[in-house]
Amino acid sequence: MRLDPWTLAAIIGMALATYACRGGGYWLFRQIKPTPLLRAVMAHIPGTLFVSFVVPALVAGGTQPVVGAAATLVTMVATRSLSLAILAGTAAAWGVWGLG
Amino acid sequence: MTASSSAPVVFTRAGVLRGMKECIPLLIGVTPFGLVCGITAQGAGLSFLETFLMSASVYAGSAQLVVLANWAHPAPVVAATLATFAVNLRMALMGPVLSPWLDRLRGWRLWGSLFVMADQNWAQALGDMTAGGRDAGVLLGSGLIMWVWWIVTGGIGHAMGTVLSLPPGHPLFFAALAVFVSMLANMWRGWGDVLPWVIAGGVAVVTARLLPGTAWYIVAGALAGSMTGGLRDHFRR
Repeated sequence: MRLDPWTLAAIIGMALATYACRGGGYWLFRQIKPTPLLRAVMAHIPGTLFVSFVVPALVAGGTQPVVGAAATLVTMVATRSLSLAILAGTAAAWGVWGLG
Repeated sequence: MTASSSAPVVFTRAGVLRGMKECIPLLIGVTPFGLVCGITAQGAGLSFLETFLMSASVYAGSAQLVVLANWAHPAPVVAATLATFAVNLRMALMGPVLSPWLDRLRGWRLWGSLFVMADQNWAQALGDMTAGGRDAGVLLGSGLIMWVWWIVTGGIGHAMGTVLSLPPGHPLFFAALAVFVSMLANMWRGWGDVLPWVIAGGVAVVTARLLPGTAWYIVAGALAGSMTGGLRDHFRR
């Protein structure tokens, strides 16, 4: 069982950052009311964050992730099922990989 | 629960058990996510013990996947912490929504409920509360089951990755990206999202070119996009 000290430090940092959001956010907003501008900005964070993760990966990855992402998106819109969309997208990416 | 909204908020064993029972269907949706997270952790070079510790203490799939996609040796401590903070910032807004329940709790009941609060059981607890539910134990019960299942599926995923010993670039790792693509379909709120999303994607691509091998592009893109969208929404009203 390997436990690298840097990895452990990163995990502790991630755990503290997560609880700062889960618990700290509740605590903070019990003390102060967020301004309407801050609320408006924070409402956009989930979508823009995942776009920022996905787009560079698609630009760098080429055909395989682009085909996979298209299959994921189409399946998600058609079925609204996270599991089916992940399966269909991964299968499509696998298909491209098999061809290339 | 049909109690009137003026009834006092309670925290009972029955509520915790009901939360546990009612979240079981949600586990079907969590399963592929947990497996992908475990496989990705194994692919990034984390040991079984490290994967277990990450799943148990962080317990936030999106953040774990984003960080693991940019993993390096030695582990990027500061970048991983900041990226986790950025990904989980949405949770800071989830607790306050449940304040009619949470404001009535103290000690481990409050801080423990917040520790196991994830997107799925938060939404379920909110539905219960909105329907007039007065038992705050529901949030802790559903969260505990999800937390245990998250650790178990992460461990199974890690074992699967070890058995399959996938090479880097194997299409199974695309599953991590597919998780985010499918979640984006759910986050789409209308044409108002186009401008902030385009800004976010553009800034992220440029930042990834300027600072290769780091996770800063995610933070930079999200900040640029959400500030653009937030400022526009605020001053258009």
